Amino acid sequence: MKEIVVLSGKGGTGKTTMLGSLAFLAENKIIADCDVDAADLHLLLAPRPGSENKFVSGVKARVIEDQCSGCGTCDLCQFEAVTLAETATIDSLACEGCGVCAYFCPEDAIVLDENHCGTWFISDTDYGPLVHAQLFAGEENSGKLVSFVKSKARELAEETGAGLILVDGAPGIGCPVIASLSNTDIILAITEPTQSGWHDLERVLDLADHFKVQAFVCLNKWDLNPEMATEIKHSCQDREVEFLGEIPFDPAVVSCQINGIPVVGNDDEGSAALAIRGIWNKLKNRL
Amino acid sequence: MGLEPAGGVGENMRIAVASGKGGTGKTTVSTSLALCAPGPVQYLDCDVEEPNGHIFLNPEFSVAEHCEVTIPRIVEAKCTYCGKCRDICRFRAITMFGKTIMSFPELCHSCRGCFLVCEDEAIAEDKREIGLLEAGQAGEINFVHGRTRVGEAMSVPLIKAVKKKAWKDGLVILDAPPGTSCPFVETVNDVDFVLLVTEPTPFGLHDLKLAVEVLLNFKKPCGVLVNRADLGDDRVDTWCRESGIPILLKIPFERGIAEGYAKGRNLVESQPDLRKPLENLLREICS
Ligand code: SF4
Ligand code: SF4
Repeated sequence: MKEIVVLSGKGGTGKTTMLGSLAFLAENKIIADCDVDAADLHLLLAPRPGSENKFVSGVKARVIEDQCSGCGTCDLCQFEAVTLAETATIDSLACEGCGVCAYFCPEDAIVLDENHCGTWFISDTDYGPLVHAQLFAGEENSGKLVSFVKSKARELAEETGAGLILVDGAPGIGCPVIASLSNTDIILAITEPTQSGWHDLERVLDLADHFKVQAFVCLNKWDLNPEMATEIKHSCQDREVEFLGEIPFDPAVVSCQINGIPVVGNDDEGSAALAIRGIWNKLKNRL
Repeated sequence: MGLEPAGGVGENMRIAVASGKGGTGKTTVSTSLALCAPGPVQYLDCDVEEPNGHIFLNPEFSVAEHCEVTIPRIVEAKCTYCGKCRDICRFRAITMFGKTIMSFPELCHSCRGCFLVCEDEAIAEDKREIGLLEAGQAGEINFVHGRTRVGEAMSVPLIKAVKKKAWKDGLVILDAPPGTSCPFVETVNDVDFVLLVTEPTPFGLHDLKLAVEVLLNFKKPCGVLVNRADLGDDRVDTWCRESGIPILLKIPFERGIAEGYAKGRNLVESQPDLRKPLENLLREICS
């Protein structure tokens, strides 16, 4: 079984659009949306409602007011989550769930509640099964939820005999992205020819080196800045990262998004669709 | 350290520019707002995984500080293998089998639980670097950003370090990380206003809704800037109207802006007639 993660570093460079199209083109696969912080893939793949489950991870501390003597021991919290007045109160957004306050409270006035911090789904789409999730707003366990979504996708792939898992990664290069890289065979990095896009691509490629995952690069909207597109291609060459292709700016991409369909596989495939097909043909031979 | 404004009176205001979805133009907007400020202004790039503000403002740095977190180092000579540190750590950063004890610095959240619980002085303080903070001047703008080490999953302590540099008085503009999870919350939790940059597409709207949900949760005033306003549909408009979230400015798509952006030029440079509307926007937010 192979696994491809699509990453971009910088947001908004066409990561989800790319993944939606790969979902159309690839056969016998499971799709996993690991951008759990802002999961958008379902907007393109129109999943039919399937199973919906709670995601519980970590704990949050809560003060039982009646038992609190206001002694202030819990002020040892390193995360500025504790406010002291008559009794202590805990800001659950700031609480990291370390449990240190509860451990040291002489009155046993602090309890640790399980933290229900998101929802995960397995849904069916026209393109295959989709595992996706939504972390509740402001939560901090995105890495854990990503690992969870990936493990579910893997189970499902084993059950159904799917040969491929397609993963939509998160923007950035932090905790959720790192979590999405475990057991991955290939990173497909998609960026655009802008200073920011390039800067962030370099960071993604550094990350790929750091975790020793093979990376491929493609460029979206390359014609907005052909000179920089060329420079980015050269820099890929210098790093010995294979460049798989470039996608032109194509207004059809926005209209497909508005209609909630992948860019490839609709009646009037334009220049972007063609380019994406080309990238996929190369990528699948590298698997 | 010369980070306070030189006695000037700006509005006393902290404005975060955020987006939910990445790639909507958050950084061009935030840097341009800083450039349009009538008086002294500070710009904090809190998107520490992929900081891009420097590309648009070209600061000269005079300060570089390593951002470190405190982690335990086990002094085996003193350790009695009581296992208390392992038991208090909810992040599984300490394990013990028989007379082998190990710590995993990457998993440590620096809660200090193990330090507090060890009665044998067997835990010494060690530091782990998670990133670099740099500060300096970009013309009239006081500039601070952080940059996480590649492969680093922990960004919140670095965001906190960047925010520690924030002026107590005057106008401060914060560039927030994408998404709605902990790095975003850490950035916006104590600002006066959040400007949400979005685009009129289903992805833009979906992620805008998530961001607004978090902000309403902690009663944070916010408003919307619609970027590339003519490249999409009117669902963002409708939703904002129905939810009572003001749309403060719309910026149409201009190839000139996109091409300027690609080269690292911000809005007011590529499109000087945007200066007035941005100045007005700033005034409106500050009033
Ligand atoms: S559980 Fe940890 S982070 Fe939460 S309030 Fe207690 S000491 Fe602070
Ligand atoms: S400081 Fe807290 S998180 Fe780190 S090892 Fe000690 S108990 Fe675990």
